[in-house]
Amino acid sequence: MSDTHAHSVAFVRTETLPELPPPASQAGIVKWMRENLFSSVPNGILTLAAIYVIYLIVTSAFPWIANGIWNADSLAECRTILDGTTGACFSVLTERWNQLLFGFSYPTEHYWRPSVAFVLLFAAAAPVMFFDLPRKLLIFTGIYPFLAYWLIWGGTIFTPLFALVGLVIGYLVYARFVKDSFAMGFFGGVIAALMTWFIGGYITEAIAPAEPFLEAVQSRNMGGFMLNMILGVVCVSLSLPIGIVLALGRQSDMPIIKWICVVFIEFIRGVPLITLLFVANVVLAYFLPPGTTFDLILRVIIMITMFSAAYIAEVIRGGLAALPKGQYEAADSLGLDYAQAMRLIILPQALKISIPGIVNVAVGLFKDTVLVSVISMFDLLGMIRGPILSSTDWNGVYWELFMAASVLFFVVCYGISQYSQWLERRLATDHR
Amino acid sequence: MTSITDPPQGSFRLSMLINDTRYRSYTFQFIALVVLIGFMAYLGMNLVSNLAAAGLNISFDFLGDPAGYDINQRPIEYDSQSSHLRASVVGIINTLIIAVLACITATIFGVVAGVLRLSNNWVVSKLMAIYVEIFRNVPVLIWIIIIFSIMTVSMPSPRAFRGDDPSSSMLFDTFAFTNRGVYTPKPIFDSGGWIVVAVFILSIIGIFAYRRYATKKLYATGQLLPTFWPSVAMFFVPAILVYYILGRPITLEYPSLQGFNFQGGIQLRGSLIALWFALAIYTGAFIAENVRAGIQAISKGQTEAAASLGLRPGRIMNLVILPQALRVIIPPLISQYLNITKNSSLAIAVGYMDVTATLGGITLNQTGRAIEAVLLLMLFYLTISLLISAVMNVYNNSVKLRER
Repeated sequence: MSDTHAHSVAFVRTETLPELPPPASQAGIVKWMRENLFSSVPNGILTLAAIYVIYLIVTSAFPWIANGIWNADSLAECRTILDGTTGACFSVLTERWNQLLFGFSYPTEHYWRPSVAFVLLFAAAAPVMFFDLPRKLLIFTGIYPFLAYWLIWGGTIFTPLFALVGLVIGYLVYARFVKDSFAMGFFGGVIAALMTWFIGGYITEAIAPAEPFLEAVQSRNMGGFMLNMILGVVCVSLSLPIGIVLALGRQSDMPIIKWICVVFIEFIRGVPLITLLFVANVVLAYFLPPGTTFDLILRVIIMITMFSAAYIAEVIRGGLAALPKGQYEAADSLGLDYAQAMRLIILPQALKISIPGIVNVAVGLFKDTVLVSVISMFDLLGMIRGPILSSTDWNGVYWELFMAASVLFFVVCYGISQYSQWLERRLATDHR
Repeated sequence: MTSITDPPQGSFRLSMLINDTRYRSYTFQFIALVVLIGFMAYLGMNLVSNLAAAGLNISFDFLGDPAGYDINQRPIEYDSQSSHLRASVVGIINTLIIAVLACITATIFGVVAGVLRLSNNWVVSKLMAIYVEIFRNVPVLIWIIIIFSIMTVSMPSPRAFRGDDPSSSMLFDTFAFTNRGVYTPKPIFDSGGWIVVAVFILSIIGIFAYRRYATKKLYATGQLLPTFWPSVAMFFVPAILVYYILGRPITLEYPSLQGFNFQGGIQLRGSLIALWFALAIYTGAFIAENVRAGIQAISKGQTEAAASLGLRPGRIMNLVILPQALRVIIPPLISQYLNITKNSSLAIAVGYMDVTATLGGITLNQTGRAIEAVLLLMLFYLTISLLISAVMNVYNNSVKLRER
């Protein structure tokens, strides 16, 4: 049969043809565009509309940025150079950059100090943020707050040094006694730390040099983006332990403690931050002992810390509630008491679950630090709206300044939120 | 055979207050209560002595005194001789106005952006992602001030609208965008005007009633009634019919340039627009993320199951995905509404006279009654927050999955 077939057909291909490339409409960029941009008529219209919007934004923003003037001394000079063409006057940023970052009354020759503190912040935060780094680095994280205080505020080094020594002694006492009972370790540690601080206060007064190595800078001289960073970092770190305590209190079986925590959390979460800042500005002084004067910055730190503690407490409560009940029961069945169960079993897991939420609260809080400009503190926004826009040289430079402020905040907040998403993926141990 | 007996109970000893778990919690609570009362008493004593030193007292009488300042946006009758209390009420109404406006607009922005971000269209979804990231990561106060600057600096002054060949002109001859605000036409109600409004509201109620009836009929008999076109018809037809039958009782008053400024119409001040749009765009970015998360939370199996039952894409969305997604979306949505209400207190930065600017701003500064004013302010916001959380709890309970 095959013979006859072979004779009847003139040519039979014995090898397979090479693969042809797919049709032009089904390959490469054309296919991608067909699938992603023009899959249907409405989709195509949407694409064209979106491209038109992008075109409008780019054509209006690009010449403005590209023609920007970076080296003029005032807005008037800027306009002369531009000579009627569209263009930004970025020279306000170059001329007032230090003011935007440090405020207008931080001593110029000491700008390196907050800058060093800012750079060291990354070194201190790294071991907290990335678990793969050696744990020994946490020692530097522990030292950092005192170092940063000394760098930014200056003054005698003995104040932060004794504060640190007090904490170390307190921790040593705690570690010595905690094996017997948590309460004993805790109170022993607190008493030891307080005593060290008390004695350290006297010693500092006695031996502090009249001319300290770093000149002291008053709190009221802090300003600019530095103030936002200080408020954000300090308040978030202080509010974490308070938030944990509040969350545990809210979960407690003891009705009085539970209700104290519930009322505090719901009250703080129910009012806007700005009313709390009003409290810090005008009301808090009435509740302090007569004659005491608190820095405004310290009062603001107290109120913002309370504010973020309430929010962090709610996030951690979510983490606690997400833990399976078996974990609590397992801790009980091992015979651990409440402090041990929380410290060794519950909190490590609950905190791990709540890290993304805590980071969100931190980002929100950092953005909210610009509200202090409303109570006439000169943070980044306060600097822009106050001294810079009202100066004769730069009266009328709105967009460049607001753009700079937005970019500064965007970089920090976007960075943190990307980190949080990375962490979420990293911590996701379930199999999806 | 074993029997369990209670261990012998000793008589109560004082040390059991610390060592016995049955009594220990009472000890702790007692200590907490004493510390709390002590702390409060300490604050209270400081307050009393500070007030005595300053020659002040706590009294709310100042609310009855004439306020002596003007408010530029007055939803109710108010002049500078009205009391501080009335000024506060004007502020409260202004707060509620901005909150409601911003909530509605933010929901629209958020839902549109959230849905578009999930779209298959690459350009659109990336554009929406950029919108969300840019607006979420910059403080809302900066947005408020940026938009306020646009409204006051970049808009033409009313003078630019004058003359034969003006440099600016009104949009459709009805809207005027000036640096003093946006002027829009104002509806004037004649005698029959309210009837038209009533008919319109009734027809909206009718639409809901009809839809409920259609669902009931569907479940009872399986018969599918059309809902879309009847709803559209019921929305427009009765109101328009009554409007013409009654001889057009509602007319529009257009703003017109008289002298140096626009007269007539409704003036939306730059501060109102700045606050409104900044809150709407900023919160819209958050709502977009909530909407996206809610839709993505519904597993793909639901869509596929509905498709295998033969439902069309529109019905899959309406009958299967949305009812489940809404359960995820609405709680964070309501807390975003709460955030808008609280963030509306930033009005003080652009001079919009909300309750923070009247009661917590000018009244506080004029009377020096810091404690009372801030207390009242906090109570107001607290009441709003508690009301909104109560609504949220009711909703959560009503949509909770009934576990069997």
